[in-house]
Amino acid sequence: MVILMHNILQRKNEIMKKAVGIDFSKYEKDNIGFDYEALMNDVEYSIDEIKKIQFENGVGNTPLKELKNLTNLVRKISKPGFGARIFIKDEALNDSGSFKARRASISCYHAKRLGYKGVIAATSGNYGAAVASQAAKLGLKCIVVQECFDSRQIGQPEIIEKARACEALGAEVVQLTVGPELFNVSLKLLEETNYFNASLYTSYGIKGVETLGIELMEDCFKLTNKYPDMVVITNAGGGNLTGTARGIKQVTSQPVEIVGASVNLRGLHMASDTDFNRKSFTTGHTGFSYPFMTYPDRSDVPRSAARPLRYIDRFVTINQGEVFFITEALTALEGIERGPAGNTSLAAAFSLAKDLEEDKIIIVQETEYTGAGKHHQAQLDFAKQNNIEVKFGNPKDEIPGKNIILPEDIRLIKAVEQDLDKMRKSLINNLIKNHKHLTKNDIEFLAKEVNKEKEFVLNYLKQINVSSEVLT
Amino acid sequence: MIKKSTWVQIEKVILTPEERLPTIPEDTKKTPLIMWVKGFLLNDSKIGEIVKIKTKTGRIEEGILKEANPSFKHNFGNFCEELNKIDEMVLKELYGDLNA
Repeated sequence: MVILMHNILQRKNEIMKKAVGIDFSKYEKDNIGFDYEALMNDVEYSIDEIKKIQFENGVGNTPLKELKNLTNLVRKISKPGFGARIFIKDEALNDSGSFKARRASISCYHAKRLGYKGVIAATSGNYGAAVASQAAKLGLKCIVVQECFDSRQIGQPEIIEKARACEALGAEVVQLTVGPELFNVSLKLLEETNYFNASLYTSYGIKGVETLGIELMEDCFKLTNKYPDMVVITNAGGGNLTGTARGIKQVTSQPVEIVGASVNLRGLHMASDTDFNRKSFTTGHTGFSYPFMTYPDRSDVPRSAARPLRYIDRFVTINQGEVFFITEALTALEGIERGPAGNTSLAAAFSLAKDLEEDKIIIVQETEYTGAGKHHQAQLDFAKQNNIEVKFGNPKDEIPGKNIILPEDIRLIKAVEQDLDKMRKSLINNLIKNHKHLTKNDIEFLAKEVNKEKEFVLNYLKQINVSSEVLT
Repeated sequence: MIKKSTWVQIEKVILTPEERLPTIPEDTKKTPLIMWVKGFLLNDSKIGEIVKIKTKTGRIEEGILKEANPSFKHNFGNFCEELNKIDEMVLKELYGDLNA
């Protein structure tokens, strides 16, 4: 079997080209750069066509709801005059129950148009059901490849639920134990079936999310006569943040602060068999957001269209206990039950709202469906079964994999600011790899990648002894 | 005996521990990469036998027959009293003494 797997990796580029219908090599520039905007602009569907495709397939036009009781709760614990209005875009109401339907709708539509017989997605998340749902509508076959179980065949409850949803929607679900070799299995299936690679990271997927950014701006203006001051986005692979921010920028040039939020899973290794079931979140966490933000091209396409450092203004983490707490608070105070992972950005927003004046507006841009397995009680109970201590206390003391600390007082809910410059430098390191000399194009590319002036890149390169055309 | 055409789940070792990527964590490296797939059984077979199945997309897969009519049994978890405490905390903070 191992020989077969290695052969597959050698044919990776050839299989990918066939399976996504994009020749990525034409975008490459000089040593390290590529033309990202050209990749995005080559998507042959206009934003109006994308809206139409989504509308016709049960996607989009989800309601923006003001969370008045949660806002009032924030104001109880804020300085006088502080506590921004919190709104939530109820993306759980898309067909298949999450914003991922926006990505899947365009990928699947495109696959159908190009004449593929089926689609394959490698995902343990909501994207599986999203692809299965869209494939069902379009009469496409569908395979979802999931990292699902540890070596004892014990699965994360929320991933098991996603497998059920995929199967219910007609997909074949290939379930695997933990490990990055999932990618090879997925490649082998692409080669065997000649299906379309409905990757989360193609330009088609990300274009599909732009409508979310556009809608939330338009919805907010309708409700409040102004645009939001801040949009908080759960960040894992980066596509949600990238697409939403790109959509926002299409509506206004006025600044809207883009905040990424991830669940803090520091210390847990994502490819570890024993750590796999010691976490209570399988998406929206730092195990994805850190590696993908600092090296987007680690994804399953040669060039990822999800490039969050190009758009993000602030990045915060929030602990597992705080997200479970806010998920329950949303249920108790607002009367809506939603899945915990989607509430990562809500927990962060609850904390961030305290420091903004009352007339400011924060939009939390997603929710996800809840149900058996994908429920905070299912996840809390699962944690207990895996000897994770669940207790009340100060969430800042939480140690992922050891305990879950629910805030004993709502004043203790605190999003923790992350050092974005450090991540920007890490991205530069990852992209330049062994290149000792960079061209002007390379420098311009890096500046765009980290959304900074060229001087930021040049100063850093000087520090690490990399020469460039601009410097010499 | 499981009858031909029954909906079943099979298990297959994709990589033995020795064949796994050198870069993965040590604990994972000690375990095989296992795959589970469901489909319709192509021949009457017994649990534990190597069988062939036809999956929903029409692919033929081979592996050890694990289960006939596999069901999902995930649920909402055992009752967690912590959730009642959270409700009480946030309601009290927002509306004051609940029993007043």
